[in-house]
Amino acid sequence: MTMSAQSVPSGSPLGGSLGGGKLPVRSFPSPAAKRRLTSLFWGLVSVGLFAAIWELLWYVEVANPLLLPPPHMFLQDIPGTLKFFDRSNKVGHMATGGGATALMATAGWTMFRVFTGLALGLVLGTAVGALIHYIKTFRNLALGTVLLLAPISPVAWLPVAIFVFGIGDVPAIFLVFITVFFAIVLSTGAQIASVPKNYLHVARIMGATERQTFWRVILPAILPSLFMTVRLNLLGAWMVVLVAETVGVGSGLGQITNMARATFNAKLVFFNMAIIGALGFLSDWALREFQRKTLWWVAPGEGASR
Amino acid sequence: MNRPISARPSVSIKAVDKIWTPEGRTPVEALRGLEFDVAPGEFVVLLGPSGCGKSTLLYMIAGLEGVSGGSIVCDGLPVTEPSAERGLIFQEASLFPWLTIADNVAFGLSIQGVLPVRRREIAIEMLKRVGLGDMLDKKPDELSGGMRQRAACARALAMKPKVLMMDEPFAALDVQTRSRMQDFLLQIWRDSGASILLVTHSIDEAIALADRVVVFTARPGRVKTIVPIDLPRPRPTRDPRYHEYRDMFTELLAAEVDRAFAEQEAA
Ligand SMILES: Nc1ncnc2c1ncn2[C@@H]1O[C@H](COP(=O)(O)OP(=O)(O)O)[C@@H](O)[C@H]1O
Ligand SMILES: [Mg+2]
Repeated sequence: MTMSAQSVPSGSPLGGSLGGGKLPVRSFPSPAAKRRLTSLFWGLVSVGLFAAIWELLWYVEVANPLLLPPPHMFLQDIPGTLKFFDRSNKVGHMATGGGATALMATAGWTMFRVFTGLALGLVLGTAVGALIHYIKTFRNLALGTVLLLAPISPVAWLPVAIFVFGIGDVPAIFLVFITVFFAIVLSTGAQIASVPKNYLHVARIMGATERQTFWRVILPAILPSLFMTVRLNLLGAWMVVLVAETVGVGSGLGQITNMARATFNAKLVFFNMAIIGALGFLSDWALREFQRKTLWWVAPGEGASR
Repeated sequence: MNRPISARPSVSIKAVDKIWTPEGRTPVEALRGLEFDVAPGEFVVLLGPSGCGKSTLLYMIAGLEGVSGGSIVCDGLPVTEPSAERGLIFQEASLFPWLTIADNVAFGLSIQGVLPVRRREIAIEMLKRVGLGDMLDKKPDELSGGMRQRAACARALAMKPKVLMMDEPFAALDVQTRSRMQDFLLQIWRDSGASILLVTHSIDEAIALADRVVVFTARPGRVKTIVPIDLPRPRPTRDPRYHEYRDMFTELLAAEVDRAFAEQEAA
């Protein structure tokens, strides 16, 4: 009883988004709304089909429910599954409370690490990239090292992160930071060099100082494509944050993965994977919305909303 | 309307040479011994085969590029650096896509430290003058090409320039928009009292707009001839004299284009 009562709200995001999808019906001629509804529809069909095939494989006893429990099984006992989540962010702290708030806290810490790392990578990467572009001495001193370090997989930095920062949030944030930092550093110079000459001419004619030109013309001109670099590296950031949490942090969704593996809890594995998938999707959406709101001059081809 | 005839030209091009020395490539002699004056409030059109250095000249008058020889004097002062008194408008409007139209127009004012309220007032006034009074808070990509070019004019005019330079400003526009823009430009020119130096490929545009047309030779660009257009505005396109001007410019240009081709083949 309680289970089915629980599983109704768990289905409600779908119902909710369908209900939300009805709102644009009032302005239904809008082709954008129509397009969005269509893609939502096919998205649901696609996920539904995937789940149905999985269920079918379980039904005909091809998929072992202990190893590959189908969606209805790992989504069934949500309160039970949530017991494994913990509200605190203490390292090595075993589950105390559980429940939805614990799930949100766990997911929240992971998201916090992802976004903090990305933000630091964007800001510091742009700063270092600009210094490399403008200051010859700095370029000579730094560029070689940057080129040497850039191709190293962030995962390879994990031991370094733990040696230097110990156990906790910092190594996870550091790994996410590494994921975007070098890419941003290297693209900043190229982006600065490709700012339309006429923008710079306008600035000079209007009497802008070099500093004003940088902050008011060059930076806004390059930010959209740097932000695209961040978006393209979001997947990588999610990957390393889970690895870091598995090994060096002891909290967050990666730690749940690790615990589920160690305790052979397949339901928890798949439940956690579903959460990670949903959050990955949501965080891409969040970055896209952020881009749309704050960097609205992005060229349409560059992944803007229009 | 009755401006005193000033002895001092608004722009004076004195024996100007320009040799481009791009890194790692052979130097290009763009302009040689260029010499002419622009009177205050005069509308001068520069006409010449492409590559003869017309854009180069505008960049040097703007102060964005230095001369290789000779000098450029504006209002009695040699040009050494850019100034908002010498506005420059490009073929693409080059509005900043991250600013609204009003903020684009006010960009120069904000660089000069004009306070926001006053900036907005001036931007509104300028945009009204160019017929974009209801586009204040639009983004550049919401405007048509002609509107963007008018906004670029408003941005330059907001600085109260004494000289307005335009490098093929209407080349990217369709024919109808183009002729509307020419009318618009004449009106702007009369209102502002600025001298205008406009580069074009179009002989009709030159005759429609200019007080005087400076015809360039092929590269290295020199002044081939300067032709005052002695017709009332709007220029009577049915008038036989209009066609005489037309034929004359066609011939002058054809000769230079032939020469440019011959030189290219020789090289
Ligand atoms: N920044 C530059 N560096 C090197 N050469 C240039 C540069 N700008 C123009 N040139 C050369 O100078 C010549 C004149 O160019 P330009 O002034 O653009 O001609 P126009 O505007 O009359 O078509 C051309 O041969 C061109 O290649
Ligand atoms: Mg040109």
